[in-house]
Amino acid sequence: MKKYDTPLLDELEKGPWPSFVTEMKKAGQKNEMANDAVGHLEKCFKTRIGYWKHGGIVGVLGYGGGVIGRYSEIGDEFPGVAHFHTVRLNQPSGFFYTTKALREICDIWDKYGSGLTNMHGSTGDIVLLGTNTAALEPIFAEYSSRGWDLGGSGSDLRTPSCCVGPGRCEWANYDTLDVIYNLTQEYQDELHRPMFAYKFKIKAAGCACDCVASLARADMSIIGTWKGDIQIDQAEVKNYAANGMDINSEIVGMCPTECMSYDGGELKIDNANCKRCMHCITKMTKALQPGAERGATICIGSKAPIVVGSLLSWVVVPFIKLEPPYTELKELIRKIWDWWDDNAKPRERIGEVIEMKGMRSFLEAIGIDPQPQQIKEPRKDPFMFYTDEDIAKFKANEAEEKKTGVYKF
Amino acid sequence: MALPERKTDIGPPHYKQFMPPVIVNNYGKWKYHEVLSPSAMVHVADSGDKLWTVRVASPRILATDSIREICDISDKYCDGHLRFTTRNNVEFLVSDEKNLEPIQAELKEKGFLTGGIGAGISNVVHTQGWVHCHGAATDASGLVKAMMDELVDYFTTKRLPNKLRLAVACCVNMCGAVHCSDIALVAVHTKVPTIDHEKVKNMCELPTVISSCPTRAISPDPAKKSVKIKEDKCMYCGNCFTVCPPINIKDPDRDGIAIVVGGKVSSLRTNPKFSKLVIPYISNEPPRWPKVVAAVKHIVEVYADNARKHERVGEWIERIGWESFFKLTGIEFSYQCIDDFTFMRDTLRTSSTFKW
Repeated sequence: MKKYDTPLLDELEKGPWPSFVTEMKKAGQKNEMANDAVGHLEKCFKTRIGYWKHGGIVGVLGYGGGVIGRYSEIGDEFPGVAHFHTVRLNQPSGFFYTTKALREICDIWDKYGSGLTNMHGSTGDIVLLGTNTAALEPIFAEYSSRGWDLGGSGSDLRTPSCCVGPGRCEWANYDTLDVIYNLTQEYQDELHRPMFAYKFKIKAAGCACDCVASLARADMSIIGTWKGDIQIDQAEVKNYAANGMDINSEIVGMCPTECMSYDGGELKIDNANCKRCMHCITKMTKALQPGAERGATICIGSKAPIVVGSLLSWVVVPFIKLEPPYTELKELIRKIWDWWDDNAKPRERIGEVIEMKGMRSFLEAIGIDPQPQQIKEPRKDPFMFYTDEDIAKFKANEAEEKKTGVYKF
Repeated sequence: MALPERKTDIGPPHYKQFMPPVIVNNYGKWKYHEVLSPSAMVHVADSGDKLWTVRVASPRILATDSIREICDISDKYCDGHLRFTTRNNVEFLVSDEKNLEPIQAELKEKGFLTGGIGAGISNVVHTQGWVHCHGAATDASGLVKAMMDELVDYFTTKRLPNKLRLAVACCVNMCGAVHCSDIALVAVHTKVPTIDHEKVKNMCELPTVISSCPTRAISPDPAKKSVKIKEDKCMYCGNCFTVCPPINIKDPDRDGIAIVVGGKVSSLRTNPKFSKLVIPYISNEPPRWPKVVAAVKHIVEVYADNARKHERVGEWIERIGWESFFKLTGIEFSYQCIDDFTFMRDTLRTSSTFKW
């Protein structure tokens, strides 16, 4: 095996933080591809430029997603990375593993690939970094026969992902792990065979903490929430105070809606004015719990800056109950995809299409009524559309008022 | 050797088969948790059952042999159960309290870095960089390593007013939630791309290239059967390069790093926020990016010294005002910090009330 001189990368083996260079070299000791990946990377560091070509179309039979083609421009110099494709394996919900499962993943990967992984990629998949085209079918046969399938890539449903949810969190307002498992199984076709205008991501967070960054990077963000009163254990409130928590400054004073009060005795919450931000619950986890009627808010549209700026997801369905088999959610997703499919130009995310076509068009298509929970504030300009039906409805209401003598606004 | 028979559309394995019995038994019935140290926490169920979690950093790129070493430790102390976090940490799931101290001792002895829980700096969300991406303007893993070597104490021991989320994007595509982090690095191009007209003719769909440009800087060049770029309209996003490789945006001497701050994804107290630009350009200096690292460390320290307990970076800055942030940090305010793209109307000041 060729020994590369790597003075620049060696600098990144020093220091206390775990070194990715050490990992690459470790894989490189017994794998030619990983070894060449180290030499290739050193060259990038030296010249301060990358040498990977744009992805090519590679994959496994019958699938359009799950493998990202990667070739080097300088494959002659580093033959081990001339082909260096990525395989995305669909992770289990919540990233839970047994060592038996992980060892199995590693053994197969060592047999056919570079031995380098990402645990995990940004989308959530187990990322297997670096293999060649001929190895793809064997890799797929080995993994799929043992119960592992590929994730998404390209213009398809990307691998859905979620927070740890009810697996290990007291704030899960719905079963994030089950919703994601269930949706992933439901939409295998959309996940494996790109048929959309562009990518579509679904991320499930159990509460407003949003440990999966759903609101910032998912076309559909499912954020857990509740209705009803926050459940208070006053004895535990006393314990927090006794243990030195300044409840007025840290909890009451930081409540964004000023709906709490505390006089040294009972903690009181004016629940009608609570907007369920979770600050108090996360800081007094023994004393406070979300209300009993649990569900989620569905927000749509977030994405990174390309092309005309980042978007955060917009509230579309303020509250939905999420219980198996999630029929209402699935019907909503189908309607969303149908509208997107009818209206998107190539490479247009759903948030961008909503911006182009207007939220009204989207809400009407998916059958959701306009509600003040969907906005921060109403429009500021007077340039709006009226349909004949809108005016007829306004007129009909007025005719009714004339009859009853009572105005209704 | 014959390959096993392939299966299609089976989806991921069901998660419950990988969970330790204490989770299966108490699924959805957790009562509360306590952070015991930056390295460990305990979750307590309604039943009284407890689950301890010990968290360690990983460099996200893991060799299979390293995963096996992690497995060895899990086999010894966790009956072979573990999980990963959305920020690339490894979590050992300890069901028996008597294993809590020994596992931490062995992790330390083996050189693992434990920490990342609570009000400090957890692992960094980042992109592929030069390790594996065609569009990378810098190396993401290298920046993370250089930055975290300096900030490691905030992972292991030192505490901050609240969590501080770091992220690195190797180009403006910003894969991951870089655009909503407390402090994030984003690699930028700063020069109009060059066009290899011969190759454009053969490799690219011209309408796609033209429509890829968010500022409409690209128009047809019929004579060359290619496209041309109006230089004063281009803001170097590289989207044309993404759809048409012969339009080259990479430039080793001009590519650099910008720093954005004040974003968050949670809705705790205040609404989720985008990160905002404060330092528009620092030269791309592998392998250790000393100026970038110094800038991040400086911002972390000013935040640590000035924010109130439980305030995230963005909440602290909104309370004191951006003019105060620039004053406190001494960062020079530059033209690039004033939005002239899609958010101008939302971001310019429209009152005479501000601080000196």
